[in-house]
Amino acid sequence: MPAETDRRFVLKALLGAGGALVFDIELALGAAPAAPAAAGEPAARLNAFVRLHPDNSVTITAKNPEIGQGIKTMLPMLIAEELDVAWEAVKIEQAVADQALFAPQFAGGSMATPLNWLPMRQAGAAARAMILAAAAQEWSLPVAELSTLAGDVLHVGSARRAPYAAFAAGAVRQAVPAATALKLKDPADFTIIGKPTKGVDTPAIVAGKPLFGIDTRLPGMLHAALLTPPVRGAVLKSHDAAAALARPGVRKVVALTRLGEADAPVDALAVVADSWWTASEARKALQVEWDAEGRDRHSDASFAAAARTAHEGRPQAVVLAKGDAATALAGAARRLAATYTYPFVSHATLEPQNCTALFHAGKLELWAPTQMPGGGQDLLAKTFGLAPADITVHITRSGGGFGRRLQNDYMVLAAAIAREVPGRPVKLLLDRQEDFKLDFFRAAGFHRFEAGLDADGRLVALRDHLVTFGAKGKPGRGADLPANLVPADLVDHVDLGQTVLETNIPLGWLRAPGSNALAFASQGFLDEVAEAAGLTLPDLMLQLLGTGRLIPPPAGGRGPGFHTGRAAGVIREVLRLSGWSGARKGRGFGFYFSHNGYFAAVADVAKGEAGIRVERVWIGGDIGNTIINPLNAEQQIRGSVIEGMGHVLSGLKVPVDGGAIGVANFDSYPLPRIDAVPPIEIGMVRSDFPPTGLGEPAMPPAIAAIANAISSLTGQRLRSLPYAES
Amino acid sequence: MKTALKVNGRTRIVDAPGDKPLLWVLREELELSGPKFGCGQGLCGACTVLLDGQAVRSCSTPLSAVGKAAITTIEGVGASEVGQKVAAAWVDQDVPQCGYCQAGQIMSAVALLSANPRPGEAEIDAAMSGNLCRCGTYHRIRAAIRQAVTGQVAGSLNPGGDHAG
Ligand code: FES
Ligand code: FES
Repeated sequence: MPAETDRRFVLKALLGAGGALVFDIELALGAAPAAPAAAGEPAARLNAFVRLHPDNSVTITAKNPEIGQGIKTMLPMLIAEELDVAWEAVKIEQAVADQALFAPQFAGGSMATPLNWLPMRQAGAAARAMILAAAAQEWSLPVAELSTLAGDVLHVGSARRAPYAAFAAGAVRQAVPAATALKLKDPADFTIIGKPTKGVDTPAIVAGKPLFGIDTRLPGMLHAALLTPPVRGAVLKSHDAAAALARPGVRKVVALTRLGEADAPVDALAVVADSWWTASEARKALQVEWDAEGRDRHSDASFAAAARTAHEGRPQAVVLAKGDAATALAGAARRLAATYTYPFVSHATLEPQNCTALFHAGKLELWAPTQMPGGGQDLLAKTFGLAPADITVHITRSGGGFGRRLQNDYMVLAAAIAREVPGRPVKLLLDRQEDFKLDFFRAAGFHRFEAGLDADGRLVALRDHLVTFGAKGKPGRGADLPANLVPADLVDHVDLGQTVLETNIPLGWLRAPGSNALAFASQGFLDEVAEAAGLTLPDLMLQLLGTGRLIPPPAGGRGPGFHTGRAAGVIREVLRLSGWSGARKGRGFGFYFSHNGYFAAVADVAKGEAGIRVERVWIGGDIGNTIINPLNAEQQIRGSVIEGMGHVLSGLKVPVDGGAIGVANFDSYPLPRIDAVPPIEIGMVRSDFPPTGLGEPAMPPAIAAIANAISSLTGQRLRSLPYAES
Repeated sequence: MKTALKVNGRTRIVDAPGDKPLLWVLREELELSGPKFGCGQGLCGACTVLLDGQAVRSCSTPLSAVGKAAITTIEGVGASEVGQKVAAAWVDQDVPQCGYCQAGQIMSAVALLSANPRPGEAEIDAAMSGNLCRCGTYHRIRAAIRQAVTGQVAGSLNPGGDHAG
């Protein structure tokens, strides 16, 4: 069966690089027509992504989770473009989790654009080719004489024109063309790609329609609220649920203990009731004792002390040793050293984590706002000893992700609760306090930098010792120091190393993981270096970047590498945009390269009545030759800048004391509000490279620019986030 | 306890304890899931509804405090002219990213424009500062409110957009 071969091929491609992401995704376009259309469905299913209806409208399947990054609009735009239909004729349907059919389905790493730019267009082009082949048969004409326009097949010679739908029956019988045989559009002919396109769900959101995980409503559904220990990872010692169970509406109290590894190490009590409010209130009647032994010794003070000690010695692990940094530093005409630190940070998605689960006849069905549905399926299979085929995951819209929903702990918790009430769906919803407690945090970090300048003021040596967090000497998610820390690639003598501290606080990827913290620290220190050299930071960066060339990624790294010319291009663009004319009090600059995107930012800050505020931000970026949906691109960039403001200036930090976090709700975690938001101007450089993602790379340089602007305004180097008025 | 509520122009009878927050009465008893749960403590605005035209946080409003007040949720926003204008502007400006905060944002904007049909920039920011948007759609929220005020589609739609000048 060719369809089966295709499926296996895709799975192999997915798992190819030991679980690492790969760029070459080939779709199993042959697999879908083999699947029978739903009973009574009049549509012709041309492949997993395209269904053609008798009224010549088209249903396009959006395969990836929508978390606010605009993917439910963007991927179908790619398909519709090559299918050559009018966008107005397209209906969009969210896919369920089925990576054998749809290839990777996840929201992370700004990977959707580079991974799908070609395959999604091929999916559209393949469907179009099948329609054309059917039309050629029907009209007895060579296929080469036919063309398409907005959902119609045209034969110019005989002035014939008919809608796609007229050939639906013939089209499904056509052989699926090989991807290599497909001719894709000349970008000059794009009518959908590159056009500002509104979110496909915008009208439903504005009408208040149920779209999100929290809105899931099923017949007979029960509700669950969770109580976890104050100290993350503490163990349930004893509990008494009698008083809670005596409350009207309460059905059950479920003790969740040792639910497996990594993603769900929590012990918890869950109250199951007829209403979430009832369940939530009944938690107050629970008697519970937790054992926090060994987990309660972690605190910010002990972390800081351990970091100071570590900085006095050698790093545990060498990340990069290039040239001879020790000698170069010893012989430098001028030496600088500084310590930069940043705190744990929370994702704080506005929609708290939730999941609805139903155990029925040995099968598990879930409705989950998740960034990684396939990962969730695997985790559930492992945890509950089920075959992945017995687990169905419906992907709901997510009220924000930012990396939090790459961890599927709440799916496991919901399933474990549902197992106790078989045959009844249960919706687990964390309240805000539990959502903070159960986060996987952006790691705190302590950088000890050293730099050496030669007699001409050139940066010749750089050292960074990062004290980070993780377990067993291994940095946690997004907590490692990469060998391509900007500007390690551009300096002759470099020593990079790291030391890992243990913590009971689990770590997770937060928007632009690693880079969001590294940009602050390294561009801050580089701003000091520039000052010492009598330069501004953009001048120093341009000097270091030198002539345009491609620097390959470090060993084991992925992606096409770092292009110095593209970096210089966005720096020049933001200088032009901001009218930069050298150093100015209260103005800061930052550059960073992450997720294959090049971004540079300039920020102005000033002292207002309520402290320092950001007055204006300019940001320049290069994500290649195409911005697929400019309307959404603007949102992603502004959102990144605003999130970055939060890291620097709003006071976002998660203190740890005795193994417990010091954040409970938005009053102790002050996200930026509308009155703090400045004008943000954007300039995009179109370079001649295939497009890459935009969900993340704009944030790191914005953080750096705002922090450097504050240093410039106060005359005191901001070396520790968040900024606090002294 | 049986309570009669006036919701989106209809009288609805609910059977719920008086201390149950209006948010959960709406979401669970009346199947109106437009108002969202974000913080439960009046800190984020995701649950904002109108009581006699005033924006309130339904998560912190017990059922017993509603009395005879007319409740408007996002599902009923189209019943007023201001509501229609605001909702249309929200679509025109394509305000949402994830969209989770937007029902609350829209209700706060409707309350603002009902009380003050021509708010200035500072008044807009002040009235909307109780509504968090974790995604950072604030520029478009401002643009949509301005559009609802002026009736003109002012471009936030080009990069640099609404604040470029
Ligand atoms: S949920 Fe009511 S203000 Fe946040
Ligand atoms: S659009 Fe996501 S929280 Fe506002």
